[in-house]
Amino acid sequence: MTETETKSLQAKAKKEVTTPAEQTKPGAIFYPAVDILETERELTLLADLPGVKAKDLKIDLDNNVLTLTADEKPFEGSGEKDVFREYRTGRYYRQFSLSDTIDQSKIEAVLKEGVLRLTLPKVEAATPRKITVKVGQ
Amino acid sequence: MILRRFSDWPSSDLRSPFDELERMRRELDKLSGDFTGSVFRLPTAGVFPLVNVTEDPDNYYVRAELPGVKTDELGISVTGDTLTLSGERKLPEQSEKASYHRREREAGSFSRVISLPSRLDVDKVKAHAEDGVLTVVLPKAESAKPRQIAVKS
Repeated sequence: MTETETKSLQAKAKKEVTTPAEQTKPGAIFYPAVDILETERELTLLADLPGVKAKDLKIDLDNNVLTLTADEKPFEGSGEKDVFREYRTGRYYRQFSLSDTIDQSKIEAVLKEGVLRLTLPKVEAATPRKITVKVGQ
Repeated sequence: MILRRFSDWPSSDLRSPFDELERMRRELDKLSGDFTGSVFRLPTAGVFPLVNVTEDPDNYYVRAELPGVKTDELGISVTGDTLTLSGERKLPEQSEKASYHRREREAGSFSRVISLPSRLDVDKVKAHAEDGVLTVVLPKAESAKPRQIAVKS
């Protein structure tokens, strides 16, 4: 890290998707915050998906368009009443166009502590396929 | 009691052109059944993390979304009726060799004090993290629990 002192985090409301295409599920939809880094060998995508379990996360890659869809299930038990709420839960949705050709057979996804790490090694383009999500330890 | 305690939150009387929009959005949300009641409020400026607080007869539950924050890097302390959450979010994945296409995730430290509506049983507070969501279970003090009083005739 180049920063010498740690800055303090600012509270931010989740960014809501205002014109979601082709969403049929009711409820709020949010853009997850992401980092996308590129090295010579691979692209790495890191997305903050708090509250999402691996089984509720869907990653699709089709024609170099990567789509993340994740449903955050509420953690509240049935007997709990709200005192106050500052953040909302719902669905995370975001699409990315990948410029570089990715070796789709070697894509890896790990979800750990609410952070998705997607490793996309570079090679020639291939046919679309579904990506399975592993549970992080 | 609760009203007085919560009235000093800065969110309660923000005035900006967006307030009206926000109010309309909330009204719409209410119509669509997204929220029951009016418990949702604007995030308090500059205080991380945002929390949702719920209660049942025995406990308060404070939840915060802290993706990528390790539980051993969290400081949780409780006194009387306040909970303090502090810690640091580190992003060890970030390297200087890589070039960035997007950099939206933030690292940094945080500390937040949350006042709860009644006193807590300080010794029995529990916390766990799951999928990047921290849940702190704060049992209410015996004296603060609702009590049924039998009426004698």
